[in-house]
Amino acid sequence: MAKIESTFSDLSRLDALAARDSVIARLDPRVKLLTAVVFVLCVVSFDKYVIAAMLPFALFLSLIMGLGGIPANFILKKLVLVSPFALLLGMFNPFLDQQILLYLGPIPISGGWISFLSILLRFCLTVGALLILIATTGFNGVCMAMEKMGMPKIFAVQLLLLYRYIFVLMDEGQQMYRARALRSFQGRGTDMKTFGHLIGGLLLRTLDRGQRIHLAMLCRGFDGTIRTRRAPRLITRDILLFVLSCLILITMRRYDCSLLLGQLLTGFAQ
Amino acid sequence: MHMADALLSPAVGGTMWVATAGAIAFCAKKVQQDLDDRKIPLMGVLGAFIFAAQMINFTIPATGSSGHLGGGMILAILLGPHAAFLTIASVLTVQALFFADGGLLALGCNIFNLGVFPCFIAYPLIYKTLAGDRKSPMRIAIGATLAGIIGLQLGALGVVLETVLSGISELPLEAFLWAMLPIHLAIGLVEGLVTTAVISFVWKARPEILEYSATSRPLGNLSITKVLTGLALAAVITGGVLSWFASSFPDGLEWAMAKTSGQEELAAPEKGIHHFLAGIQEKTAFLPDYAFQTNEQEPASQEKTPPSWLTVDTGSTVSGLVGGCLTLMLAIAIGFLFRKRNQIM
Repeated sequence: MAKIESTFSDLSRLDALAARDSVIARLDPRVKLLTAVVFVLCVVSFDKYVIAAMLPFALFLSLIMGLGGIPANFILKKLVLVSPFALLLGMFNPFLDQQILLYLGPIPISGGWISFLSILLRFCLTVGALLILIATTGFNGVCMAMEKMGMPKIFAVQLLLLYRYIFVLMDEGQQMYRARALRSFQGRGTDMKTFGHLIGGLLLRTLDRGQRIHLAMLCRGFDGTIRTRRAPRLITRDILLFVLSCLILITMRRYDCSLLLGQLLTGFAQ
Repeated sequence: MHMADALLSPAVGGTMWVATAGAIAFCAKKVQQDLDDRKIPLMGVLGAFIFAAQMINFTIPATGSSGHLGGGMILAILLGPHAAFLTIASVLTVQALFFADGGLLALGCNIFNLGVFPCFIAYPLIYKTLAGDRKSPMRIAIGATLAGIIGLQLGALGVVLETVLSGISELPLEAFLWAMLPIHLAIGLVEGLVTTAVISFVWKARPEILEYSATSRPLGNLSITKVLTGLALAAVITGGVLSWFASSFPDGLEWAMAKTSGQEELAAPEKGIHHFLAGIQEKTAFLPDYAFQTNEQEPASQEKTPPSWLTVDTGSTVSGLVGGCLTLMLAIAIGFLFRKRNQIM
């Protein structure tokens, strides 16, 4: 139950974060979406033994997160919650790839451990970027951006309708879960047959709801085509910021900034 | 089951995105041609229904552990393949954005694995054939169960192939297959049984819903073969192009970036930043055992040709470690700085 309620509250939390105003939130959604795409592509295209060169990207995320006023512990908590799959698949690397790649003092470190760390870092960066995108842009903004960039309109409408009704139906699901939990003990009533009836009932109600929504739409003049809100025009500031962030990202991808910094420091130390 | 960005290479992720975008465009066109505008709000609420249904768990017989509904096959049975595919794609998009299942690049793979296989292979070839239009409960049950199993097996196969082709994880193909397929056979069986339970409930309570969804669809076999051939073609072409990029240059994207950004300095490193740094390095040679001297002799080839992991064990290791730690600390410091500022404000 705790997990279910946290899923629901996370959804509401992200939605609430997206409704806030900040420097980042005021940018055009298209700019943010495209920057996120460039960011993910840069991170993912690193070779599998790279760690240090990826860290400047964390710096970039941290900066955006700060400017956007997104609480870091919220993002970190979500990262930990969803990490098991990447963790599970990466875990085998240290066993399968035992070729020693570098020595940290006297301790030999195998390629497997490096690539495992690299997978974890990739995971944090890509998922973090996604969460920050949605927390600063909001779902409607992301949908609008995707529609402007050529996503079929009907799919955009589907996404918007889904998002509109997710809150309603998840509330309903939660109520059903609680009602069952209050009436049954020691796992009774959770067998598949009862589940089928429970979900079947919910499904029938959902279908009726779909029909009511359709009638309501017809009453308001729905003729099969859907009109979504037009996107505001891109202003020069947005385009300039996009170009700037792309330049930064590509520079970080092209040059190993951590290495440069380290060389400067070790140089001064000497 | 959800693919993650961290395990994908850009070539594989890009290929799957192209295939998925093609499928979405095709299905959007089909649904629009359908001229059944009742489906538009219905798709939206059924997508939300999947989320609600996933909140309620059930006990898996004989194991005692609990599972929840996936829902792809229910959508296909109720909406038909095209509308169901769009609905599944929208559900996965919301899951990726809000619940961080997968990622931006992996979304293409996930929609393909969990959408194309159930909607365009398992549903028409297995459910339709077995359940037919006569709608006897037994046939519906067998059809839904088998279609659930096959759809999920193909999806799991997709995850394995995408992971192995990307080459970020070291898992060998065979071992990974042996781990994934049996587990998903069990999950698919459970999913199939649950789908059957829900669909037979609907069939008993309101049979007209299933009648309607079985008859109102102008579903020719032709369109599905077309979709599959189109997808296969798109995948082969983009896969070919991208893998050419990836193979003929050690780092395809890097090469493409250098090409497009037109950085000619790379060809003449004597003048560029590398030379400057090599100069610093030469003066400050830290840990002489490391191979920076060779770096100095042929900076051009060092910078351009070897895959970047080779540079890991040259003299750059220490600098990399120092710089990396510092960058990480900077990132954390920025976080704290903004937190302080937000608290003050």
